Amino acid sequence: MSAASEQPAENMALLVADSIGYVIRGKTILTEVSLQVHHREIITLIGPNGAGKTSLIRILLGLTQASSGTVKRQNNLRVGYVPQGINVSDVMPLRVCDFLNVTGLYSVEQCQQMLAEVSCEYLLTSPIQNISGGEMQRVLLARALLKKPQLLVLDEPASGMDIIGQQGLYESIRNIRDKHDCGILMVSHDLHLVMAATDRVICLNTHICCTGHPDDVSEHPEYLKLFGDAIDGLALYSHHHDHEHDIHGNIVASEHCHSCEHNENAGDDHDHDHGRKATQDKK
Amino acid sequence: MIDDFILYALLAGIALALVVGPLGSVVVWRRMAYFGDTLAHAALLGVALAVASDQLPMAGVGIIGVVMAALLFWLEKQRDLSTDTLLGILSHSALALGLIVLSVLQSQGFNINLMSYLFGDLLAVDQADLLLMYGSVLVILLVFSQILSSLISISANEELARIDGVAVEKIRFVFMILLALVVAVALKVVGILLITALLIIPAATARLFSKSPKQMVVMSVLVAIAAVVLGLYSSMKWDFPTGPAIVVSASFLFFISRLLNRSDT
Repeated sequence: MSAASEQPAENMALLVADSIGYVIRGKTILTEVSLQVHHREIITLIGPNGAGKTSLIRILLGLTQASSGTVKRQNNLRVGYVPQGINVSDVMPLRVCDFLNVTGLYSVEQCQQMLAEVSCEYLLTSPIQNISGGEMQRVLLARALLKKPQLLVLDEPASGMDIIGQQGLYESIRNIRDKHDCGILMVSHDLHLVMAATDRVICLNTHICCTGHPDDVSEHPEYLKLFGDAIDGLALYSHHHDHEHDIHGNIVASEHCHSCEHNENAGDDHDHDHGRKATQDKK
Repeated sequence: MIDDFILYALLAGIALALVVGPLGSVVVWRRMAYFGDTLAHAALLGVALAVASDQLPMAGVGIIGVVMAALLFWLEKQRDLSTDTLLGILSHSALALGLIVLSVLQSQGFNINLMSYLFGDLLAVDQADLLLMYGSVLVILLVFSQILSSLISISANEELARIDGVAVEKIRFVFMILLALVVAVALKVVGILLITALLIIPAATARLFSKSPKQMVVMSVLVAIAAVVLGLYSSMKWDFPTGPAIVVSASFLFFISRLLNRSDT
């Protein structure tokens, strides 16, 4: 599965957006937004509330029509989409396995395996209305991955997850990219968590303020202007150190019962600072 | 020793049960009960026009239903009014128009048994009706089975369905047309006024016993058949009007199952 040694279409972008404009009821949401997503590239879209992040994603996905500009997707591009906290109708009996396999294309084993990959194998036959917001995000991710997407689009994938879940998720983004060999475009508020897991950051506020490698963007004046307040917290971010998982686990154990998403990274030296909680609440 | 007319009534009721279960399930999932009502109101116009042009009432109902579906589809695209407002407009316009056409027809000496269209006339079903009904049922179920997965996908979440390549608009439109045909099938069985009841009550009853969408589809057929048998039986035994007896039986099953389920847990 992970035989992705060479990129098959390295120069051909999965998706090319050219000077997208979006105006709704006289209000300009997006102007002159151009971007490309390449094979195996991880792009994070950041920006303040109301910056047009979700509108841009919806336009790229073809769910919303742009007012101007063009979006070109590769022919028959398989897109996996993880929206932000969706509602599934209460009035339809629907188990997680039905939801995963709504198209009838997958076997139970495939669904089970994909759920295991997002640490949710125990949910297979749960009614989807009974699962928590964080579990829903994982199930949505599993559903998107089942399609073997060439492009995975994540809109605030960590919403509804507790802090350990969020960190696990962002740490696994690279693994997902490597294992499933796809480009990833995600929207996030969690600057400090996301930065380490991304190849390119696009900072959006109606237009693209700045774009580039996370380290460059985090020093860009436009970026500092937008996220000045959060930067104080970011200073702590660069403070790497090993730590004992079990101590952390104990702290959060009361609200989080399955820390299995940590396992794959256990022993890794990953960024984890104690000051983060202080800046976590701007969502 | 069953009389022909009872056998025909039973067969006609079962024909209806075969389609109201599956389509009713989707009506419940997609909260389309008001659309069912609109089709039912418009059915009166269909009957009136069919009588005026000397066609089968069932055909008139089917055609007007398809016209209503197309009108709703077109109006919904304009997005400045909500669906329930649009349905209110369509439903009552069609009903009022139907009443005008009926009154014109009556003044011209047409003899129309309004009651039989409003409440059904199951015991008057003949072989030709049955043939037409089962033909329609077959077509409806064939198309329905083709679009069921897409309908489930859309009902769960329309945007994810779109991303997965479901032609959402097309599927919705096809489903509306199927519903219009179901109303036509139901005309003789329960009549115009009670059609929506048979769409939603068996499906709502089945909801309680179903873990998956497809299970609900199957269960609601069983509930609908039970309602038909029970209704027909009570209609024979106590001389109730048949259509209303079937609907009351369905409601009875609905409430009983809710009560029993409560005491279980």
